[in-house]
Amino acid sequence: MYRLTPEGLSHMALGATLLGAGGGGDPYISLLMVQEAMAKYGEVNIVSASELDPNDLVLTVAVIGAPTVMTEKVPSGTEFVDAVKSLAKYLGKKPAAVMAIEVGGLNTLFPLAVAAEMGIPVVDGDSMRRAFPQIEMTVFTLAGISASPMSLADEKGNVVVFETTTNQVAEKLARACVMQLGMANGLSSYSMTAKQVADHGINGSMTYCAELGRHLQQIQDGKNGAYDEFLKFAHAKIYFSGKIIDLDRRTTGGFARGTLVIEDFKDPSRKMRVDFQNEFLIAYDGDEAVVTTPDLICVLDHENAQPITVEGLNFGQRVDVVGMPCAPEWHQEGMLELVGPKAFGYEVEYRPVEGSHA
Amino acid sequence: MSRLRIGIDVGGTNTDAVVVDQDGNVLASTKAATTLDPSDGIAAALKAVIEGIDKSHIKQAMLGTTHPANAIIQRKDLQQVGVLRLAAPSSLAIRPGAAWPKDLHATVIGPSAIIKGGYEYDGSEISPLDEQAVRDFAQKCKGVVNAIAVSCAFAPANYEQELRAAAIIAEELGEDYAASLSHQVGAIGLLERENATILNASLFGVAKRVVDGFQSALLSHGLKVDSYLTQNDGTLMTAEEAIRLPILTVGSGPTNSMRGACALAKLSDALVIDVGGTSADVGILIDGFPRESSAAVEVGGVRTNFRMPDLISIGLGGGTIVREEDGGVRVGPDSVGYRVVTEALITGGSTLTLSDISTKGGRLEGFGDASKVSGVKDATVTAALAWVDEQVQILCDRMKASRTSLPLIAVGGGSHLVPDNIPGVAGVIRPAHHSVANAFGAAIAEASGAVDRVYRYEAEGRDACLDDAKRLATEAAIRAGADIDHVRITSVVEVPMSYLPGQGCRVQVKAAGPLAIH
Repeated sequence: MYRLTPEGLSHMALGATLLGAGGGGDPYISLLMVQEAMAKYGEVNIVSASELDPNDLVLTVAVIGAPTVMTEKVPSGTEFVDAVKSLAKYLGKKPAAVMAIEVGGLNTLFPLAVAAEMGIPVVDGDSMRRAFPQIEMTVFTLAGISASPMSLADEKGNVVVFETTTNQVAEKLARACVMQLGMANGLSSYSMTAKQVADHGINGSMTYCAELGRHLQQIQDGKNGAYDEFLKFAHAKIYFSGKIIDLDRRTTGGFARGTLVIEDFKDPSRKMRVDFQNEFLIAYDGDEAVVTTPDLICVLDHENAQPITVEGLNFGQRVDVVGMPCAPEWHQEGMLELVGPKAFGYEVEYRPVEGSHA
Repeated sequence: MSRLRIGIDVGGTNTDAVVVDQDGNVLASTKAATTLDPSDGIAAALKAVIEGIDKSHIKQAMLGTTHPANAIIQRKDLQQVGVLRLAAPSSLAIRPGAAWPKDLHATVIGPSAIIKGGYEYDGSEISPLDEQAVRDFAQKCKGVVNAIAVSCAFAPANYEQELRAAAIIAEELGEDYAASLSHQVGAIGLLERENATILNASLFGVAKRVVDGFQSALLSHGLKVDSYLTQNDGTLMTAEEAIRLPILTVGSGPTNSMRGACALAKLSDALVIDVGGTSADVGILIDGFPRESSAAVEVGGVRTNFRMPDLISIGLGGGTIVREEDGGVRVGPDSVGYRVVTEALITGGSTLTLSDISTKGGRLEGFGDASKVSGVKDATVTAALAWVDEQVQILCDRMKASRTSLPLIAVGGGSHLVPDNIPGVAGVIRPAHHSVANAFGAAIAEASGAVDRVYRYEAEGRDACLDDAKRLATEAAIRAGADIDHVRITSVVEVPMSYLPGQGCRVQVKAAGPLAIH
């Protein structure tokens, strides 16, 4: 267990942008929210699941909705606490800790605000260690853990708690509720014992995220050799460096899909294409898929290593495409059906990146 | 004789002025030092530039100025404002001014409140406006602050509550009480728009003095003309609007410079390099407007959602210091800056600068005494110029979006350094009057209108939504003074909303046109 420092929090926000893999929403708003919550309620402890009593109740916290909406309808704070308290009430037990469902993008930080207000710690772990668009895309689903009972709350005091037969149905039902509740809601789901989290979660991911952010900060501060240290730490590799020459966005099937084409700085005949749907999912060097989901594709500003989100892409940007192995916990039966290329509609075989734990 | 316009640009170092006819010919230009009180420099430049011009033909005057930007950066002359947010129960987790630098927060932010109100993404209400809370807040501000900044959730889509709140404030505190409304100031992003709205209100006093100074300078020369200020995007607002929306002028300098350079070269698509004494900035114009940066722009340490020209700067200018080192030369990054007129070798000083190199290398003529650089080694000149050429090529290559070759327009006092041939660039153009490109850019600026809102394509269809946005932007441009026959759409950006079921799309459209003649 350790106390999260303000510096650690800002590193975590930067790392969260990277682990968003182009999606997950800009953590800026969640960062401000946590800073205010910590100023008001006090600092937050980060605890390993194994440090808790094995029978303790752990509840996850996330936002569900559209990040763009949240830039206008900024959270009240109550939607997250209400979601957690409602689920706890339904279960008849108080949570000993909260945790992130998704360490990647803005969902990384919301549990910290809830924890500050409720006076409980945040578990050092999650179920993705990157951003994915749907509630069932977790290692918990692979372990057979149910996302429901699940609670959704808005900023006005409206709450819905429901149980479903599968995590896929939970996703559909939650998405339908969000449409009616203003597109930016607090979500609590995957109620578990601390032992279940220790056995089946991606443990250490909050700390990992903050470490990634610390490395990125060192690159931005101009520290010699920082980029290499970052790549080494993340087992990552630069697959391509070049300039964005084409950008095609369209909305189909409800999610932002598109394609990005990058031209090599020196050799204009060399191109990389990156397909995205909220997150970057497949990177092709020429015709060859070189990085594939669930491994992470991150697009970084070539000058300062700032991770760029799908919404922040622009013609002419000079970028590095970095491939990173997904969390080793993903590598178990059912992974490809749940989060592999075909799960997103791409007829591409998964090809683990170097440094992967497959 | 045709109708004439005056363009004035107040920069950090110089105040430039031009008189331009309706075909874009420069009839007169002047360059003077920027003064401690910039209004003195404006008056001096104006006096110099209209000498010998038939004043009866002057119909319009345009001003681009750094006053408001400097006021924010120096925390000077800013007034404290009340901050009212219409959004509760949403947004309560982050109070107004949350991430501001402490000193600016203390200077600018007075009483603040988040009250019931605001809209959802589809334009329906989060809560009805709590009118009593607006009245209570107005009374709290009475006698404490002289302006109130009002920001409502999703105001870019629906600003009725902001207008209603402004009406209530006027009822409570009088029609003349100043209110800054977020829908007039910024685009989507409540916190960033609120920041800009607060800064805007804090600049009301500065803006009034600038506009009064500008107009009285014009009047003192008997010029009864329409007066305008240039905005960040290179378009105009009337001086009266500028008093209410000064924040929209804080980034106009680089935009005026780039647009002026392009128009002087009679091009609409080009790279532009502005080389001064200390640094060189490269940008790109597409259809006559600078490509904008995607990064959030900070003003005085405060995050806003303004779009500024995408510029890359490096330390390369006429005053950049050149040092001979074993086996080669080291160029910059330090510079003697504007003191190049006394410290370079050719101007009688003792520091080897890029201006000296340029003189010895045959790029700079007619400035200083060329005989003073006879002792500089040829190898030093060759190496330093090779460095310059490489840097310029890299800058151009970084700025271009594609392999297509564009011409490069070179402006600014240090532009002699730019070589005539650059790989990947379709020729270097050095337009006449390039030293007053900023003021020229102000003089030729157009009126504009913009729209930024979320559409649901599945309801009306994409084409109908885009048509609606284009119509609204066009109408806004015409309201701003654009000629109805020449207004055109200058940019359309569609960003589909992530994680939003259905085809939600954020649409940003801009329209612009030359000022209507009336």
